[in-house]
Amino acid sequence: MGLIFENGNFSAFVEGFLRTIELSALSALFALLLGFVLAAFRVSPVPVLRWFGTAWVTVFRNTPLLLLFFAVTFMLPPLDVHLDSFTAAVIALSAYTGSFVCEVLRAGINTVPLGQAEAARSLGMGFGQTLSLVVLPQAARSVISPMGSVFIALPRNSAIAGAFNVPELFSFQKVLSEEAYDIFAIFFWIALAYLAISFSINAVFSTLERRVAVAR
Amino acid sequence: MTENSAELRDTAPLVALRGVNKHYGALHVLQDIDLEIAQGEVVVLIGPSGSGKSTLCRTINRLETIDSGTIEVDGRPLPAEGRELARLRAQVGMVFQSFNLFSHKTVLENVVLAQVKVGKVAKAEAERTARELLERVGVGAQADKYPSQLSGGQQQRVAIARALAMNPKVMLFDEPTSALDPEMVNEVLEVMRSLAARGMTMVVVTHEMGFARSAANRVLFMADGRIVEESTPDAFFTAPRTDRAKDFLSKILQH
Repeated sequence: MGLIFENGNFSAFVEGFLRTIELSALSALFALLLGFVLAAFRVSPVPVLRWFGTAWVTVFRNTPLLLLFFAVTFMLPPLDVHLDSFTAAVIALSAYTGSFVCEVLRAGINTVPLGQAEAARSLGMGFGQTLSLVVLPQAARSVISPMGSVFIALPRNSAIAGAFNVPELFSFQKVLSEEAYDIFAIFFWIALAYLAISFSINAVFSTLERRVAVAR
Repeated sequence: MTENSAELRDTAPLVALRGVNKHYGALHVLQDIDLEIAQGEVVVLIGPSGSGKSTLCRTINRLETIDSGTIEVDGRPLPAEGRELARLRAQVGMVFQSFNLFSHKTVLENVVLAQVKVGKVAKAEAERTARELLERVGVGAQADKYPSQLSGGQQQRVAIARALAMNPKVMLFDEPTSALDPEMVNEVLEVMRSLAARGMTMVVVTHEMGFARSAANRVLFMADGRIVEESTPDAFFTAPRTDRAKDFLSKILQH
């Protein structure tokens, strides 16, 4: 178990840990933005937007994340788009996670009775106002728990980036394995780090859930 | 009120429907509806369920679209979905059977929200207007509660205040008392009666014959998507002309 404190391993470990957090946080932010836009598209009165939202979710939610990483890594350079491996990983993770965020939001929107939107519209609110002032705040209550699951999955999914040249937490495992340390000890420390991240996200969503419950 | 009804209709109509048709699949819910409603007029729509009266009411602010015909409000045809329509909807108040108060907002916020966000009224002024209106419909003391803490009758009165806050030219009531416990029906009808007395133009879909009798200028009887009979409340309730109306009245007035 002491391997982590030998030969400067600790600083590599911390570096990988921080990189995983950075990757996850950025992807979470973009996924959230993307998810909101896609969800608005999917419930919009404009057929083209609805079609786009549905197509996005169908493609990105149903494609294995590994395949998306291959796509951004190997299909973009021939199109003369050259990204560093970190940016490519953020794009793959955001596009993928965004489709899940969209569906969670849409499910939440569908729990709000239609009469709420009708009342808003009959008062003169436009589509955007109806969604942001009336429907989404009420959808929030039912959305927070499944949204937590999506965002807890995100850092764990980000481990794939380790296979695509991003020096994050999981790639740290490869380095140590090659140096012939005990495999169980290596995975113990890595699991501990992922656990710490997951618990933190879980804590954030639990707090949110309590907050929204109190605010009715 | 009934006597000046003819005189009201001489001026340009506030709401005009011409040749309106609507289908739900194979069902022809509105068939060649022609209807003009004058400024200050109170029109009550009655008829058996499925007759199209709620649908008709909801076409006036385009919550329901129509297949053919024209609908004008204040001389202008209803625009397509978008900014224009939103602006027009703000001038047409609507009260629903199921109240539809925003459940995440307090009573006061319910009445303030659209004033500020749609009408661009300053918040302090919107709150003043809201409190006045809540006082007027008799729920001033409930301003800081959430809708779920109110009785149905109170919620519906808040819904009326919320619609009135936009200063509408016409108010649509879609079965406003149908979801209420019997002892709460009157408090809502009382508010509606006082609105009518103040000269508000109203379209009311209801099963409350007492209200139709006492507050309406005109009663429209609908069946199978058509306006079958149209007359003053007195004439309609004492001497209905059509068999459909006679049949309907005999069923509801029996007890």
